[in-house]
Amino acid sequence: MAVKNEIHFSFPSESCNERIARMCVTAFISSLNPSVSELAEIKTAVSEAVTNCIVHGYRNRSGKVEILVRASDDNTVTIKISDRGCGIPDVKKAMEPLYTSAPEEERAGLGFAVMESFMDKVTVKSVVGKGTVITLQRKILSSVGALHN
Amino acid sequence: MPVIIDTEETTLIAHIQGEIDHHNAAEIRRDIDLAADKHRPVKLVLDFDDVTFMDSSGIGLVMGRYKLIKPLGGKIHIINTSSQIKKVMKLAGLDRLASIE
Ligand SMILES: Nc1ncnc2c1ncn2[C@@H]1O[C@H](COP(=O)(O)OP(=O)(O)OP(=O)(O)O)[C@@H](O)[C@H]1O
Ligand SMILES: [Mg+2]
Repeated sequence: MAVKNEIHFSFPSESCNERIARMCVTAFISSLNPSVSELAEIKTAVSEAVTNCIVHGYRNRSGKVEILVRASDDNTVTIKISDRGCGIPDVKKAMEPLYTSAPEEERAGLGFAVMESFMDKVTVKSVVGKGTVITLQRKILSSVGALHN
Repeated sequence: MPVIIDTEETTLIAHIQGEIDHHNAAEIRRDIDLAADKHRPVKLVLDFDDVTFMDSSGIGLVMGRYKLIKPLGGKIHIINTSSQIKKVMKLAGLDRLASIE
């Protein structure tokens, strides 16, 4: 599918930027006429991925989080969220619902479960010591969704 | 002030304000726990009427309060959730720990 539009931005791994990152992505996606629930679900998935970069990827240090959002001709949104942090040693285990490496911080271990239930496709690429790239994809059903919401 | 607290006899009502994410969760948790420590409620009501966004940090927050209040014989009631927030809570199975309206 041809690319219709895209934005690219990055920010330091400060928790105050979680909100700003969500807002930037939702502002971009708003132009595709998503329904209220489509927009809210994508926003939640983005929040999970960005928070993971800050909480886990850059644990005890700071670094840059990078986001690329792309809309293609068929109204599919692709969001790539990357960090150059510690990486995930066992991706399959990390994606299991309720698995968390930080239970002492009251983490539920449900970030990946939320991403998977709210997006059509979630891809994780991670190399220990190098970082993690999360790719989230969802087709906006657009005006159809808008009518029913 | 991320939480407005009301008390009624043995009930503590926490009206959570704004967005519940990793950035805000610590402050919300602190406010609720300070009030719970003081009032020792039998019933903790978490009011989501003014919550505009929640991700899994909110799940952790509710689960943490459940673990805290359950050994003391307390119960949690979650009220005024939007359909979006209810979806996240159901996904996490919070409806098995608390009543959700
Ligand atoms: N960007 C990342 N870098 C390094 N590790 C990660 C990254 N993202 C996720 N992980 C690992 O995967 C685990 C599961 O992530 P998930 O988001 O599902 O749960 P959580 O972040 O631990 O808890 P919650 O999201 O419910 O607050 C994390 O505990 C962490 O060990
Ligand atoms: Mg997470």
